[in-house]
Amino acid sequence: MSILKVKGVNKRFGGLLALDDVNLSVRENTFHAIIGPNGAGKSTLLNCFIGKLMPDSGTVSFNDRSLLGLEPHEINQTGISRVFQTPEVFSELSILENVMIPAFAHRDGAFHISPFKSLAKETAIREQAEKILQDVGLIDERHHTASAMSRGNKRRLEMAMCLVQQPKLLLLDEPTAGMARADTNNTIDLLKTINEAHNITFVVIEHDMHVVFSLADRISVLSQGHVIVEDHPENIKGHPKVQEAYLGTAESE
Amino acid sequence: MLKTLRTNDTALMILFTLVVLAGPLILAPVGAGYPDLMQRFVIYGIFAIGFNILFGLTGYLSFGHAAFLGVGSYSALWMLKLLSINIVPAIIFAVVVSGLFALLIGFVSLRRSGIYFSILTLAFAQMSYNLAYSVLTPITNGETGLQLDLEDPRILDSAGSAGQVASPSFFGLEMGDTAVVPFLGMDLQFNVGFYVSALILIGMFYLSLRIFRSPFGMILRAVKSNQTRLNYTGFNSRPYTLTAFVISGMYAGLAGALLVCMDPLAGAERMQWTASGEVVLMTIMGGAGTLIGPVLGAGIIKYFENIFSRINDEVVLGWFSALPDWLAEAFTTVISPFLGSGWHISLGLIFMLVVIFLPGGLVEGANRLMNLFTRLSGPRKNTASEEDAYADKGSLPTKAAPSSTVVNTKES
Ligand SMILES: Nc1ncnc2c1ncn2[C@@H]1O[C@H](COP(=O)(O)OP(=O)(O)OP(=O)(O)O)[C@@H](O)[C@H]1O
Ligand SMILES: [Mg+2]
Repeated sequence: MSILKVKGVNKRFGGLLALDDVNLSVRENTFHAIIGPNGAGKSTLLNCFIGKLMPDSGTVSFNDRSLLGLEPHEINQTGISRVFQTPEVFSELSILENVMIPAFAHRDGAFHISPFKSLAKETAIREQAEKILQDVGLIDERHHTASAMSRGNKRRLEMAMCLVQQPKLLLLDEPTAGMARADTNNTIDLLKTINEAHNITFVVIEHDMHVVFSLADRISVLSQGHVIVEDHPENIKGHPKVQEAYLGTAESE
Repeated sequence: MLKTLRTNDTALMILFTLVVLAGPLILAPVGAGYPDLMQRFVIYGIFAIGFNILFGLTGYLSFGHAAFLGVGSYSALWMLKLLSINIVPAIIFAVVVSGLFALLIGFVSLRRSGIYFSILTLAFAQMSYNLAYSVLTPITNGETGLQLDLEDPRILDSAGSAGQVASPSFFGLEMGDTAVVPFLGMDLQFNVGFYVSALILIGMFYLSLRIFRSPFGMILRAVKSNQTRLNYTGFNSRPYTLTAFVISGMYAGLAGALLVCMDPLAGAERMQWTASGEVVLMTIMGGAGTLIGPVLGAGIIKYFENIFSRINDEVVLGWFSALPDWLAEAFTTVISPFLGSGWHISLGLIFMLVVIFLPGGLVEGANRLMNLFTRLSGPRKNTASEEDAYADKGSLPTKAAPSSTVVNTKES
């Protein structure tokens, strides 16, 4: 059964047709990779899922519920979390707090005030956050502010922020960009474990083919705003259209 | 670890309480130990604490908080006129009315952020100020200002005071009552109004401490850090900012009510933009986002306004009386523009120095001093412990990266 359905989505930025009749169907509990050359419209597509952008036409539905017109927090509360392409964290807060905040959002909903509750007494949330930080390998730095982190670590922190919410659908925009090889491999292992242990569906944009082919169950190739191929990884590798898309842009650049 | 956290907060609370209650003793030696000024220290402290819950935590800079101060004053005074000379119903009514008013203004203003938010709040406050002078004269008594009157109906206790205008009281204890106690050559003035306000200040400080330490406080800090991210994290940030806005509006209303309880006269100039700007200065000067900073800032600014403004040329000449006349006069000519009616200049200079060199306000200055002392007194413990950082910043422990120096944010 497909959990995320995208039908005929168009998005235009001035004269540029960034998304051109995109159709996509993501099956539950799979790892769905979206690849494509720079500027193909991959991030724009994710932005249409989380309420950051409104498509000009077409539909996006999650578990048969339309996501169009929902506020970003409403979309998150339906079970969709996202890691951004440029890491977005709460820089002035500690790493631990960065993870506790989404945990609160998951437990208490979009608006919930108990002004006299002490943060220090929220041990359950704290332990939950620490557990995830352990998994992503940031537990030792948990009391440092997030601003001082390396880009790769910010990405791992963002991953932790999403995982702590136990989302149904996790959207990752280039989760390993800026990471060293060893970190990339750790991330692959982490994603594998999560994928096996929880019922999380992944939609991942990734340039690193090593990551894509280690993880993906299915791959969509986007080029100039259009899905040119969608297939199993083994059929993608030698696909003539894919070669053309990548080589074509490589020449024009 | 959690136990230590609570102990640290308790220590802060106890220290704060002691210092506030010892106000007359501490302020008398610096010439500020008279009831009128001490009351103002405390009341503006409450105003600034409330402002800090909005500005310090969420980063939303309101330039119209004086409107709530004014609304609080008018509402409280009407209660004193119509219902009872007891300050309790007046204060409660003022807090409720200013809360509703803040709900309205906040609902509209918080649709925008940054400079647009500031301008919207400023516009609302100036509107209120102008209305108070014009259309609303029946309520505000226009330029004369609203005050107590012999003819006030006072449903509950009008019988008590025939022939003279009553003065606000707390179940019979009049705010103006003062016990003067001679002590080491000084006259310590223990004033009822001061102690009533002081107890409220302590309560309000505690409330703000609890807010800082709650998940709600953490979410407000996340708004300041990255509001867009917070929305993608599943929080609807708007009602959070609105709640903070209303709470801070109620603090302002409370302060406004206390002002008229101490001195039953409410004028529209209390709502002017200069008054809104003053609370911004107080908070930034003391340290926005810190617990104790706003109270400190309020104290300093009120001290300048009342003490520096009174120093005239003669007083300055007196300081240099030991020097030859021409030298004394030269000094006086140089210094006097910064004193007396020129106190604004010195305040401005100090404010600039603080903002440039201590962006974290006076609290940051105090921290740096403390760090210096601990470093000088030997390297036994050169970084702040986790617990210290947690207790002082109103947040979970936050350390700078190992490469940079760890700043101990000790407040006291
Ligand atoms: N908000 C925007 N306004 C105008 N143009 C935009 C906007 N966002 C994206 N674009 C344009 O749309 C096209 C697709 O951008 P998008 O970021 O989706 O590409 P991408 O596939 O994620 O590329 P990359 O691999 O470099 O991240 C690009 O040409 C980009 O310049
Ligand atoms: Mg992109």
